[in-house]
Amino acid sequence: MEELKILLKNIHKDESKKLETYISGGGYEALQKALSKKPDDIVETVKKSGLRGRGGAGFPAAVKWNFIPRDCSQPVYLIANADEGEPGTFKDHILMEKDPHLLIEGMLIAGYAVHSFQGFIYIRGEFAEIAQILEQAIAEARQAGYLGKNILKSGFNFDINVYRGAGSYVCGEETALIESLEGKRGQPRLKPPYPAASGLYGSPTVVNNVETLACLPFIVREGPERFASIGIPGNTGTKLFCISGEVNKPGCYEFPLGVPLLNLVYDVAGGIRGDRKLKAVIPGGLSTPVLSAREADVLMDFDSLAAAGTMLGSAGVIVLSENASIPEIALRTARFYANESCGQCTPCREGTGKLRLLLERIFLGSGEADDIRRIMKICTSLKGISLCPLGDAAFLPIFNFVEKFHGEFEALIR
Amino acid sequence: MLSIKQKDDIRKKAKEFPGHRSVSLPALYIAQSGKGYIDRKDIEEIAGILSISYAELYGIASFYNLIHRKPIGKFHIQVCTNISCSLLGAEHLLTRLEKKLGIREGGATADGIFSLESVECLGSCDKAPVMMINEKFHEALTEKKLSRILASLKEKAE
Ligand SMILES: Cc1cc2nc3c(=O)[nH]c(=O)nc-3n(C[C@H](O)[C@H](O)[C@H](O)COP(=O)(O)O)c2cc1C
Ligand code: SF4
Ligand code: FES
Repeated sequence: MEELKILLKNIHKDESKKLETYISGGGYEALQKALSKKPDDIVETVKKSGLRGRGGAGFPAAVKWNFIPRDCSQPVYLIANADEGEPGTFKDHILMEKDPHLLIEGMLIAGYAVHSFQGFIYIRGEFAEIAQILEQAIAEARQAGYLGKNILKSGFNFDINVYRGAGSYVCGEETALIESLEGKRGQPRLKPPYPAASGLYGSPTVVNNVETLACLPFIVREGPERFASIGIPGNTGTKLFCISGEVNKPGCYEFPLGVPLLNLVYDVAGGIRGDRKLKAVIPGGLSTPVLSAREADVLMDFDSLAAAGTMLGSAGVIVLSENASIPEIALRTARFYANESCGQCTPCREGTGKLRLLLERIFLGSGEADDIRRIMKICTSLKGISLCPLGDAAFLPIFNFVEKFHGEFEALIR
Repeated sequence: MLSIKQKDDIRKKAKEFPGHRSVSLPALYIAQSGKGYIDRKDIEEIAGILSISYAELYGIASFYNLIHRKPIGKFHIQVCTNISCSLLGAEHLLTRLEKKLGIREGGATADGIFSLESVECLGSCDKAPVMMINEKFHEALTEKKLSRILASLKEKAE
């Protein structure tokens, strides 16, 4: 199966990070085109393209931008969410490391559309080397007149600051990210108000995922119809699929939304190591419910996966073979969420901790007959009552592991 | 205690942000850039520069995994033990490291050269198993590769 490389078209070039390389591939043409139009026209273009956010929830980008008040007296901020902490996800990593100008141009277009003059890239602390690559690219772009004052003599001012997180998964949640960027503990805020009304320093703020922003240069340059013609209705454009786990060729691959999951596993990622049998797939990063091999015949887009009872999430596809122990995976999942809960809400803090304890003792062979029921009870009764989606992101997947692979848990208890 | 240069760097960095509070995280990074961790005195001094309370800054410092409040090794090894890495043997590598260094996960060698920690997904799962040493990623690890990396670090430390 042939990849359709729109976002990844530069990454294999020599010196792909350099401004020259980016420009020789048509880079910053979209910016020029955007600046010759009105900001509202850009919002309209993105609306027509059907672009949905790539950060996890699939929210339409243009709708989010339209929440930003027009002609408001406060500054508007644009934040690129480069926290990439969802286990199984490494696409923003590759985009920023190999093609930083793609993100910069995307941010310029988004910034222009929402009348922002200041952008931030909030990057996870572990990506220190990538933060440096971004800083260099920003300096290059500034030097060449793509960033700063009166960009390309259009009167548009915009600059970008890189802010390094410091090791906290929940800071990927947009309001926790804003708190962290304000120099505080990264604890999610109660919504509303949404960031579009009151975000960074109380100002209207747009938070978009790196990949979402990286789609913008293509949409503006080639036209929204072109983008909308890729993928399937309601799920347009290409998507970066991160495939990891027990496959022969793990990697980040670009395909139109709606590509069949089994093709990704067997054709693209070369099938399962040691020709083992497929047991299950986590389709969209660790916070998305698992699909058993029997359920894996699905299309990879927002709506198809929702219909299958799971989510596209960040498109982090984790492949598990018959060798994998689901109770062990469930335990690791519980550990992850217990470690990363910010501790603000009781159901999330206590629930994830309790799940870890129960799964630990099952895994160590000292589980009690009633433990499975206890786990299910925690997962169902604590669902939907926490402040941010992190709590549910733990309860739903663990519920599914236990429900779909009941026997493996029971075998450990007996 | 912060050096004069560190204090200057913090004040300079503060100017980059519309809200000067934003500099608290960069400031903590600057403070730990010398000895690898921050102590009580550092927090006091930064809180003074930013005009916030010691307690509040301590709360911030303690929230983030990459801000260290106790000494770490000259080489701080962080091994990813999340799903994709575990499926490809991360746990085994962690045990090897514990044996080779003679310490447990969470500990440091007596000479202060190495410290070892298991961490969550490092965002490089296609190259599993993955670890970080200080700010550098080491990917697609095998036992052989691990031995080579350790040997070269030991050499560097001497
Ligand atoms: C616990 C948690 C972690 C998240 N982590 C990320 C992340 O690492 N990167 C990201 O882009 N979005 C993450 N999100 C989603 C963001 O809150 C937000 O929806 C997203 O950045 C919006 O961008 P988009 O509209 O372009 O998709 C996370 C959400 C939650 C609840
Ligand atoms: S749900 Fe969990 S992570 Fe989210 S705010 Fe509450 S305690 Fe924090
Ligand atoms: S699971 Fe180890 S880097 Fe993602």
